[in-house]
Amino acid sequence: MSTTSITEEAAAPVNTEQLARERRERLLSWLMPVITLGAAIGYWEWAVWYYGIPKYLIPAPSLIVQTLIKDGPSLMVSAWFTVKLTFFSLTLAIIGGVLLGAVFALSRPVEMSLFPFAVILQVTPVVAIAPLILIYVDSTFAALLICAWIVAFFPILSGTVIGLRSADHNLRDLFTLYRATPWQRLRFLLAPSALPQFMAALKVAGGLSLIGAVVAEFVAGAAGQNTGLASRIIESSFRSEIPRMFAALVLVSVLGIAIFVLTSWASRRVLGHWHESEIRREH
Amino acid sequence: MSGPIIQMDRVSRRFGKSVLAVENMSLAITEGEFVSFLGPSGCGKSTALKMIAGLLPVSAGTITITPPKGKSEQDLAFVFQEPTLMPWANVFENVYLPLRLAGVSRSEATPRVTAALTEVGLSRFAASYPRELSGGMKMRVSIARAMVTRPRIMLMDEPFAALDEMTRAKLNNDVVRLAKEYGLTVIFVTHSVFEAVYLSTRVIVMAARPGRVAADIAMETPWPRNEDWRVSPAFSTEARRVSETLKGTLHVDDIDH
Repeated sequence: MSTTSITEEAAAPVNTEQLARERRERLLSWLMPVITLGAAIGYWEWAVWYYGIPKYLIPAPSLIVQTLIKDGPSLMVSAWFTVKLTFFSLTLAIIGGVLLGAVFALSRPVEMSLFPFAVILQVTPVVAIAPLILIYVDSTFAALLICAWIVAFFPILSGTVIGLRSADHNLRDLFTLYRATPWQRLRFLLAPSALPQFMAALKVAGGLSLIGAVVAEFVAGAAGQNTGLASRIIESSFRSEIPRMFAALVLVSVLGIAIFVLTSWASRRVLGHWHESEIRREH
Repeated sequence: MSGPIIQMDRVSRRFGKSVLAVENMSLAITEGEFVSFLGPSGCGKSTALKMIAGLLPVSAGTITITPPKGKSEQDLAFVFQEPTLMPWANVFENVYLPLRLAGVSRSEATPRVTAALTEVGLSRFAASYPRELSGGMKMRVSIARAMVTRPRIMLMDEPFAALDEMTRAKLNNDVVRLAKEYGLTVIFVTHSVFEAVYLSTRVIVMAARPGRVAADIAMETPWPRNEDWRVSPAFSTEARRVSETLKGTLHVDDIDH
């Protein structure tokens, strides 16, 4: 048997100019927001000083930093509580959303039967359900966890269902032709096809789990040692400790930013080499 | 050449109540034949091909494929109109897929995947992702994936329709070379008379509404042909013959004004 293979395609040469441009773009992608944020904080500091705004109305950023340092230990305990609540609820939302999403994608009757419940959970404001949950559940942490989970669960469920259904129909045919088992189909076709929608849902759910955690705590009005940042904010508001309120708020924001950065990084890691949404192009 | 490898006996396919995509199609294809299904859009070429592949059930009639003598991971391969590659997997993983689904280990599959990629001239691109390849290269990966299981039958559904003329001509030659080298039985769906005439040993002209076999034309020129034949008077004669038959099958409203 002769094997006269055809001419090999030539590999594209490495473009050094393109690499330099990519490096510059990467640098600017974090430098620009840092400069803008720095300018905004600088203006805030100056404006508070220049207009003599009292600290019980708007404290200067420098005072917020001082408060953060002074109350650091107690605020960090609360921040850790909120972090735990957020990540537990997000983890549970991912597990529940993916499992139920997979069942929905595999069975239309199950989806038709259960989807209305998921929608009801989603459209009913968590502040309206939270008091009931707090009555029924003994542990405050568990009650708060359920509230935060309800908020974060739906995007994951809906993203997973849409993602699992969005596999290319020709690829589905190909898997049928090669007699793939249901497990092979799920692992090699449906799950990777669902990743773009899942990662988009994860970005939304990450933020929502934090919002859920904070809102639930506001509703619960929990007080004492074992409470999160939302309780610190309420407590400080009662005592008119505005710089402390801002300090807790800064920590909530930092946590939100960390979740966004983390989920964006995960999305880039998972989709960056193949999906349009995360591919960086030269223009 | 031996007996028929694919036998279609009064096969029909209906979509819903009103659309009869294929009606009473009977055909016997012998091992090693290169058959083209040629016809206008909507004549049931792709439907017929998908029924042969088992991807669409028949509404009536039977399709028989003679089972292979030896053991094979996959006897029948399909090349789609689009390259249909998994965008999240690199070229190696895409070509490895049929073997992976058949339970062949990576170490056992590697030389076979590499050989299939070498056959289509892409051995240096095993680590590349589909988005990094041109349309023609993607289609070659698709052909390598079809070839990796060493099938007897290759079904191709207008695989080069979206490619430029030069790439299409190049890939035409690749397919003919592979078919000849491995004794493949090929069914090639196309709406190009020139492509059908150049590639095939036999052209099945199909008519639309309902889709049916309008003519079964055996090519007179020995197969395979080379690039010189594309510009020869013999090619023009064969093309004219097929073209005339095709024209006779068209409805007035099939022709664009």
